[in-house]
Amino acid sequence: MQPDLLITQLQDKNEKAFRRIYEMYSENVLGIIQTIVRDAELAEEVMQDVFIKVWNNATSYDASKGRFFTWILNIARNAAIDKTRSKAYKNKKQNHQASFFVDILEAKDSFVAKVDAIGIKKYIGKLKPVCKEIIELIFFKGYTHKETAEALTMPLGTVKTRNRNCIKELRAALNLT
Amino acid sequence: MINIEEYISSGILELYVAGALSPQEEVEVTALVNQHPELQQEVEEIEAALLQLSAAASPGVNQESFSAIQKLLRETKVVALPSATSSSTKTTAFIGWAAAILALVGLFFIYQENQALESQLSDQLDEKERLQDSIQVAAKQLEELKIYTNAIRREETVKVKLAGQAVSPTSVATVHWDKKENKVYIDASGLPEPPPGKVYQVWSLKLEPLTPTSIGLLDDFASDDNKVFILPNANTSEAFGITLEPAGGSDAPTMEQLYTLGAV
Repeated sequence: MQPDLLITQLQDKNEKAFRRIYEMYSENVLGIIQTIVRDAELAEEVMQDVFIKVWNNATSYDASKGRFFTWILNIARNAAIDKTRSKAYKNKKQNHQASFFVDILEAKDSFVAKVDAIGIKKYIGKLKPVCKEIIELIFFKGYTHKETAEALTMPLGTVKTRNRNCIKELRAALNLT
Repeated sequence: MINIEEYISSGILELYVAGALSPQEEVEVTALVNQHPELQQEVEEIEAALLQLSAAASPGVNQESFSAIQKLLRETKVVALPSATSSSTKTTAFIGWAAAILALVGLFFIYQENQALESQLSDQLDEKERLQDSIQVAAKQLEELKIYTNAIRREETVKVKLAGQAVSPTSVATVHWDKKENKVYIDASGLPEPPPGKVYQVWSLKLEPLTPTSIGLLDDFASDDNKVFILPNANTSEAFGITLEPAGGSDAPTMEQLYTLGAV
């Protein structure tokens, strides 16, 4: 459920509401950033910046234009992508190799408390290669479905339905149907 | 009225939650989701799955992070407060002063550099003058040597060798007497350098009776590299002698200080 009351309180500069929002979304924000910057220390920095933006720009969230999670997701991806373009990042990550979110998930043996570890492991275990790519681009990298279609040379409709199927499998693994 | 089943299976809701739609499409989907509880339910489930997926990628939020955010927010707040204008003015003033001081330091260095260059230039000019002087000296000496060489080559020039005397037996000198021009060219290179406050004086001598007549001083002996001196001599000389005299010369020769002597 979208925390509508908390969002309104946040927009009224309520610090308690801000703390609750932070507790609700900080791991998600950090996870998104981590898949982009691939450096836990830098990711933490970017995550802090993202929540400062959330606090400062809370009133720019408009519930009639989309989900609050989607709004935060966009801020997080943009901040992380900005970081990867910074000189400091490029100096630190000279030998950085592009890899998928799956590599991060596969390499992990423990997850943060709110994650259904068994469900996620089950999901990763039978994740199709096409899902790796589509979820990476659409969800973690913030590609539009048009950009994804171009990147994967797939028709638009195919991207849409494949993406749905990939997320459907995730929901099944997590018992969210 | 839309077909809910079809709408869900199109995959647009997954794109909606992931933020992959255009702002226009997002507004449209939001409106439909708010109207249809089935869509609302679907969106919540998609979002729940994606929340799980993104949290699974998290390396684990640092316990300190929230207080770090609060600290950062307080710092930005201070700047944003209207009462903070004075502190921001102070900062501006400080930056201004710092810039002014930096500029002064820079100017001071430029001034010093300029002084150093000027002093260097002045040294160079001195060196140039010194070189010009020595060129002039060399040219003058060369001219003197030419005159000397020409003079001693002339037929009417008489060569008189002056031999060392008791006070300085090793001294020698040569007088070339150009009788036509009434000049003597004295090669004094065989004489020792006179002690300070003393000067060589050249005498024309008549022998019967012995009458010395001064024909001049060997001025600036030490600094004259050629040691060639040209003096006028209109006398009917029978001999020449060179004595060491007090600076400025004497009216009569100091015979104890007779260095060289030679008869024509």
